[in-house]
Amino acid sequence: MRSRHPSCSNALAATALAFATSLFAPWVAAPDAAAAVLPEDRADLLYHRYDGGGVVVDGPSVLVRKSFADKVSVVANYYLDMVSSASVDVLSTASPYTDERTQMSLGLDYLRGKTTYSIGYIDSDESDYLAKTAYLGISQDMFGDLTTISIGYRRGMNDVYRNVKDATSGAKSRDPNFHQEMDSRAWTASLTQVLTRQLIGVLSYELVTDEGYLNNPYRQIRYADPTSLRGFSYAPEVYPATKTSSSAAARLKYSLPWWRAAVDGTYRYYNDTWGIRAQTIQIGYTQPAFGNWIFDARYRYYTQDAADFYRDLFPRRDTLNFQGRDKELSTYAAHTVGVGATWEFRMRRLPWLEKGTVNLRYDYMMMSYDDFRDVTAGGLAGAEPLFELDASVIQFFVSAWF
Amino acid sequence: MHRFAAAGLAAALLLLAGCKPIEPWVKPYEREKLADPIMALERDPVSGAYIDHVFELREGARGAMGSAGGGCGCN
Repeated sequence: MRSRHPSCSNALAATALAFATSLFAPWVAAPDAAAAVLPEDRADLLYHRYDGGGVVVDGPSVLVRKSFADKVSVVANYYLDMVSSASVDVLSTASPYTDERTQMSLGLDYLRGKTTYSIGYIDSDESDYLAKTAYLGISQDMFGDLTTISIGYRRGMNDVYRNVKDATSGAKSRDPNFHQEMDSRAWTASLTQVLTRQLIGVLSYELVTDEGYLNNPYRQIRYADPTSLRGFSYAPEVYPATKTSSSAAARLKYSLPWWRAAVDGTYRYYNDTWGIRAQTIQIGYTQPAFGNWIFDARYRYYTQDAADFYRDLFPRRDTLNFQGRDKELSTYAAHTVGVGATWEFRMRRLPWLEKGTVNLRYDYMMMSYDDFRDVTAGGLAGAEPLFELDASVIQFFVSAWF
Repeated sequence: MHRFAAAGLAAALLLLAGCKPIEPWVKPYEREKLADPIMALERDPVSGAYIDHVFELREGARGAMGSAGGGCGCN
């Protein structure tokens, strides 16, 4: 029996807080300028594909939202990740694997006057990680519908397992001697403000606190070991049992006065109790054309400092109380450029169909790590080339309003 | 003493002025551009949630950007 790498990174234990915000809850995804209305009735069928660093994740997502009596809106989502991984982590200490994650969600919004109440439940299931999340929120329009204030709360309960592969048959199964738990709580608040006839601003804040098993049960640190031929050996990661993060974001969206188009910009500052500080800048441009087309372009810059207990190569096996070598805990920067096209259509033969769209989006991510080295490239321990990761993200989806 | 009384009166008037209901400075009929679908903060929730999920998996930061991640870390 030997361990394998999972599709699930426990370090990213935001786990199955999944999609509880912009997908479902208008209390975080700031509503449109026409306030105090329920989201539109629509259905979406999406195919997604992530391909980068030896990892391919693809699958469908189906989202249906329907309102009743202009008071209640129900939303349901089915989402599937099919994972095939031969990432640098996997290649350095384990063998490639495949896995699946299925997520199902149900949410309900209730509109009363200028107040929207939201509640929902999300279930995420993969072979070594089960996540159950409940959320609720309230959103209030005020000052002539120019201002919307929203607050929300999420609670996630997660079960962490570890898969092992039989050395002879190759079949994988859960390690019966390994079961851990992790709880997550999140508080969100946002203020959406119509600033002028052409400008909307949003301020958002989110506090998340995790408690329990935050490690990835497969990932390992490496430490200098003169007795090893390659100059280092591996040992299990040890993470703190709690993590609290806070993030604040400001966003502006502006309708150009000269022709029909929109620009938007977002800045986010993030820090957490593990010592990570990060900044995100995102800009976008939306341009309608030819009557029934909409084109989008966007750019995102992300940078972060490493966690206090992150090292690429520890000088000894037990250098620190906590030790991690997850590249998402290291110092790095990422650039993402994306484009999208939407074609809108109407069908007279289907009177119930208000309109439909066919959409294609493509994003290209480029990540450069400052202190995470590619051990698969060989070389002296601690002098291997720095790791770089490029990834392509494709989304193709069809939407129908009814 | 009169000076303090005048200052107090001025302050009271200012406070009372502050109690006047806030008038919407963008009237409903002036929101044509804001109501345009291209000005929606999240035009396609199914797509926005997915790409935010991808970013959350590849970035150490989380939250306040519209969506949260799922159970898959995808090493």
